[in-house]
Amino acid sequence: MSAPANTGPVSIEDARIAPKPALRRFHQARWDEPLIFELGTPGTRGVGVPAPEVPLDDSLPESLRRKEAPGLPEMSQLHVLRHYLRLSQENLGVDMNIDVGQGTCTMKYSPKVNDRFVRDHRISELHPLQDESTVQGVLEVMHHLEKMLAEISGMDRVSLQPGAGSAAIYTNIAMIRAYFASRGELEQRDEVITTIFSHPSNAACAKTAGFKVITLYPDADGYPDIEALKAAVGPRTAALMITNPEDTGIFNSRIAEFVDIVHEAGGLCAYDQANANGILGITRARAAGFDMCHFNLHKTFSTPHACGGPAAGASGVSEKLVPFLPRPTVEFDGTRYHLDDDRPESVGKMRPFYGVVPNLVRAYAWIMSLGAEGLREVAEIAVLNNNYLMKRILEIRGVSAPYAEGKRRIEQVRYSWEELGKDTGVHSEEIGVRAADFGTHYWTSHHPYVVPEPMTLEPTESYSRQDLDEYAAILAEVAREAYEDPETVRTAPHNSTIHQVRQATLDDPKTWAVTWRAYRRKILGQ
Amino acid sequence: MVNPVAGLGGRVGLKGSDGPDVQARARELGAVPRASERATAALEELMARVGAPVVLTAAGPMGEDAARAAGLEPDVRYVPDGGRTTAADTVAAAKALALDVDLLLFAGGDGTARDVLDAVGTSVPVLGVPTGVKMHSAVFGVGPRAAGEVAARVATTRAFTEAEVMDLDEEAVRSGRVSARLYGHLLVPDVPVRVQQRKVGSSAADPYAVGGIAAELTERVGDGQLVLGPGGTTRAIAAALGVDVPVMGVNVLRAGRFFAADVNAAELARLVADHPDGTWIAVTPIGGQGFLLGRGNQQIAPEVLRAVGPDRLLGVATEAKLAALGGRPLLLDTGDPDLDRALAGYRTVITGRGRTARYPVQGA
Amino acid sequence: MTGSFAHPYIPNAAPDVKRAMLDAVGAESVEDFYVDVPADLRLQGPLDLPAPMRSEAGLVRHMSGLLGRNTSTRDALSFLGGGVYQHHVPAVVDEVVDRSEFLTAYAGEPYEDHGRFQALWEYQSLMGELLDMDVVNVPTYDGFQASGTALRMAGRVTGARRVIVASAVAADKLSKVVDYVRPDHDVVVVPVVDGRADVAAVRAAVAEGDVAAVYAEAPNFLGVVDPALPELAELAHEAGALYVVNCNPISLGVVAPPASYGADIVCGDVQPLGVHMSFGGGNAGFIATRDEEHLVAEFPSRLFGVVPTTVEGEYGFGDVAYERTSFAIREEGKEWVGTAAALNGIAAGVYLALMGPHGMREVGETIMANTRYAITRLSAVPGVEVPNADAPHFADFAVRFTGSRTVAEINEALREQDVFGGHALSERDALYCVTEVHTKDDIDRLAALLEEICK
Repeated sequence: MSAPANTGPVSIEDARIAPKPALRRFHQARWDEPLIFELGTPGTRGVGVPAPEVPLDDSLPESLRRKEAPGLPEMSQLHVLRHYLRLSQENLGVDMNIDVGQGTCTMKYSPKVNDRFVRDHRISELHPLQDESTVQGVLEVMHHLEKMLAEISGMDRVSLQPGAGSAAIYTNIAMIRAYFASRGELEQRDEVITTIFSHPSNAACAKTAGFKVITLYPDADGYPDIEALKAAVGPRTAALMITNPEDTGIFNSRIAEFVDIVHEAGGLCAYDQANANGILGITRARAAGFDMCHFNLHKTFSTPHACGGPAAGASGVSEKLVPFLPRPTVEFDGTRYHLDDDRPESVGKMRPFYGVVPNLVRAYAWIMSLGAEGLREVAEIAVLNNNYLMKRILEIRGVSAPYAEGKRRIEQVRYSWEELGKDTGVHSEEIGVRAADFGTHYWTSHHPYVVPEPMTLEPTESYSRQDLDEYAAILAEVAREAYEDPETVRTAPHNSTIHQVRQATLDDPKTWAVTWRAYRRKILGQ
Repeated sequence: MVNPVAGLGGRVGLKGSDGPDVQARARELGAVPRASERATAALEELMARVGAPVVLTAAGPMGEDAARAAGLEPDVRYVPDGGRTTAADTVAAAKALALDVDLLLFAGGDGTARDVLDAVGTSVPVLGVPTGVKMHSAVFGVGPRAAGEVAARVATTRAFTEAEVMDLDEEAVRSGRVSARLYGHLLVPDVPVRVQQRKVGSSAADPYAVGGIAAELTERVGDGQLVLGPGGTTRAIAAALGVDVPVMGVNVLRAGRFFAADVNAAELARLVADHPDGTWIAVTPIGGQGFLLGRGNQQIAPEVLRAVGPDRLLGVATEAKLAALGGRPLLLDTGDPDLDRALAGYRTVITGRGRTARYPVQGA
Repeated sequence: MTGSFAHPYIPNAAPDVKRAMLDAVGAESVEDFYVDVPADLRLQGPLDLPAPMRSEAGLVRHMSGLLGRNTSTRDALSFLGGGVYQHHVPAVVDEVVDRSEFLTAYAGEPYEDHGRFQALWEYQSLMGELLDMDVVNVPTYDGFQASGTALRMAGRVTGARRVIVASAVAADKLSKVVDYVRPDHDVVVVPVVDGRADVAAVRAAVAEGDVAAVYAEAPNFLGVVDPALPELAELAHEAGALYVVNCNPISLGVVAPPASYGADIVCGDVQPLGVHMSFGGGNAGFIATRDEEHLVAEFPSRLFGVVPTTVEGEYGFGDVAYERTSFAIREEGKEWVGTAAALNGIAAGVYLALMGPHGMREVGETIMANTRYAITRLSAVPGVEVPNADAPHFADFAVRFTGSRTVAEINEALREQDVFGGHALSERDALYCVTEVHTKDDIDRLAALLEEICK
């Protein structure tokens, strides 16, 4: 395009900018940034350290003194900052994109104002062993957050200690173990039942805690097979750990029957509510008879995902499991808040101190800004967004939403590109990499793939109708390319920070390199 | 290599395409050969990924046509005697081509796979482009393009594994009976499932691993006698136990050590009678249909199953294999309908160490 | 009233948009989406929650009121340690981890989230340099979890059952570790003598056999850097067990990395490296080993690796040995992996890059000098003893009050002067802590106050 000539009169038309094309001409930042070890200059440093005002201590024996300085880079402050700012730009956070593609992760807006509270030194610089009189504010936040989560789940008490969702699952299984141990039934009850669509951590945590795991597969309609559950329960059943809706987004309306079957056999029922975004204020774990549940505060309750944590989990229990909660609990005696560590039947500590406090503060502030009606609106709009997006997605050639045809979904859908795959040879993973060329995320499914060529989308309440239309348009374009120009899809990414990686060396002990020193030694031969 | 008549029977409702009479009948019914066109699609896919390969093939409809349609200049190494292609041509062509290739790509169905097995055994890696009616063998790509994709990987990754060749007796099927067996194993490219999408939150239980299943079996069986049905999973389990069992047939382990290979029904009955209280049977669903009993493992006869008892009949399968059934039940066809009924219901399938599924099992 | 308020966090709550979207999917109302939720499971009426604070100003005012009821370690002079440490967090660390692009990213692929992969791989690498180990994980939750997992890894490697704890370990950490390893391991705690490992008793415990690991801490819970640490390695290895050492990473510019005296698995918490204390909520656990397949195979955590791309000179990243499965017969569950504490790992990486080799040595020297000065100064106060004062200490040290007043009474008196005394280990014992943020004046002031209070 040549610019208008500088001479002569210009018209209004000369100033008109053509409308934007339907799809964004995205290109991600590509700084071609070296590794931090390739930067820096000997003799420079990034921050000054207080020099000792008192004599150095020489009490360390020779064998416990460091002989060689660690091989850390030597960099000035600006250069450290610049390196990491460049890396930061080579990421797609929620704030930057229409983050509906990381299904099951509940990628929603994490309000900036809540970050301010946790950066305040009256949170960030609190030591956990301070006298209770000096931390009444944060204890009040924790106490109220527990009460609010108890109301939202219908449970009697909630522990805020777990470090994240899987840690909350582990906390629940630890309480299940303590409960049966207290009744002398632990030897007998050594089986935990879960479903293939449940998060793999349910099975993994149960195994870690010493239980055997029985997995139920979906029936033809995509629901967990209730007849299989009947066959699986018995005197050895410790617990059922189940999600509803599962990753298909189909609400299992017989969930109370599942719970009854397990209760009848003497087992406990734990509801994996890692993602409760579609049912806030609609239905509660208690209503279906569950004994325990857990929330991921970094999903439903808006705390940031932080590249994979720090996150926060919350484990809710009914009255009979309260004695087994992790210690300490936060109590209120009418005038002051205090930590109760005197809980003899407690499963003990699940992590240092009391929980990932910054995220407890954020979740508290988020709930306080929404209230009961706001939470329900979160659920309703998340579900509306999901069903709207499903309609748009199913207009695309080659994709389907397996199971329960014609039914509405709750907060997410596991789609299948099976037809497109058969027609074009293009796989779901390749669609995902190509979709990233338009500035979006995309996720397939946990393994094993129950749905072939899976794709899981979860539009939370945070995205506008235009956002959803744009995301659907991106997938439609990638699908069109798969049919008409599959090479473009297969050779993606084209607009990303880097090009296709060669992963084969990652599985070979000879060639994998987890650190710079390992790379230098194994690959560079230094 | 293309079996030009593979798949001929399917579109016109015949249960296969084996033998000249059936093929003639299929043509009468209006069947049009499509094997060549599907082979072309596979070659195009291959070329899209690794460029034009050197192609050796058989003349005319046995491969040359497909290669030329894909824009390749093939080197023709076998010319059939003329007229209709027969199983003998398939065998002869496979033998001729196998001498000089990195991968023998063949288009056909189960019958073709059997012919290839007879011709080359495991001397050369092979891969099937599915064009046939019967697709029970585990040597095919899921579609022509998928086969091309897998073939392309051989250019960079030379990893191979053995896969089952199954076939039904077509005559029996056409007359209303079902009878299948495991014929043997071919060497096929080992394609690890692409696991690039590794979300934070994926726990490490490997849905494809059999080491845990082997450990669980060991714990349950102890020093007892373990009858291992045929199949890739059971063979891998044996390998994890440190036992190299023959590629086919029913094998017997005692106290974790190899005891008897490829036993027939009578021998098995005698071995079980020796150990009436200490025998377990482990079977895995074979082929794509999900048959737990009655396909490829008929040696495990109803009398043996009754003697061992239903509690010691153990299904074994990886989680991925069960998931791939898409909710369909596992099937039984022991030849004894009463026994099928007795064994039906929700049975325990071992999927790992301390991990089981309760999975529906029913008579076929 | 509420009908016209579209909450700022929920764009499609605007009534016209909502109606148009319902029409687009052919739904009367949102109730259509919930037909599968049986009536008896439906919540009747609204949740019983406080009225919302829809204005940001109102929320800020409310939260300010709550925060105002906290007194931070910036408002007071704190000598608290015992697992969470007050260190200076450089401004650049906050600047980086507060970036929206890092803070709100999650689990993208090596392409669109390349920066996260590189930052975490560099964290692993920087920790590798500090620890003298070739393999470091993407962080797990915290140091407690790191110890628990390190011991289970040792159990899977050795197939043995007993874990011998040779150091003084915080009661809470021990509680978590014992609970966590319970299905597979018995934990044998060998009591320390004079704050140091009882080597003869450890040798006797090891001699009973079936030992998966000897576990030690450097420094231990009482702040002692135990001179017996290298000898414990020999005891472990003679018995075919692994030597698992939990260390404080900020000490390693001065104190020898555990790998140098025989540790097979090194673990700990990165909180001291640029992570705010946040009332005990700022943690990330590290686990490190040599680059040996049988050790790498037992990590439940993610391990990022560097790989080439299709373009020369370009770094790509991915998961190392993701399908970590044991082919051994004794296959056991590899625990789990989930969202944990990645951003705190990035913070630690930025911290190490800023500090460099000299900064790490200097901060270690200052902390050890301050610790020694505080021990000497407090020992001189009548009514105050520092047990095991001759042992090398790092940051933490135990104090015994021999006068009439209890730790609680002393701490109350200190608090009146805006000083947080060490936390009580018993009625008469407390654990004090100083770091590089304390000045000589701070320590002198503490000594003077204690002199007054314990009089």
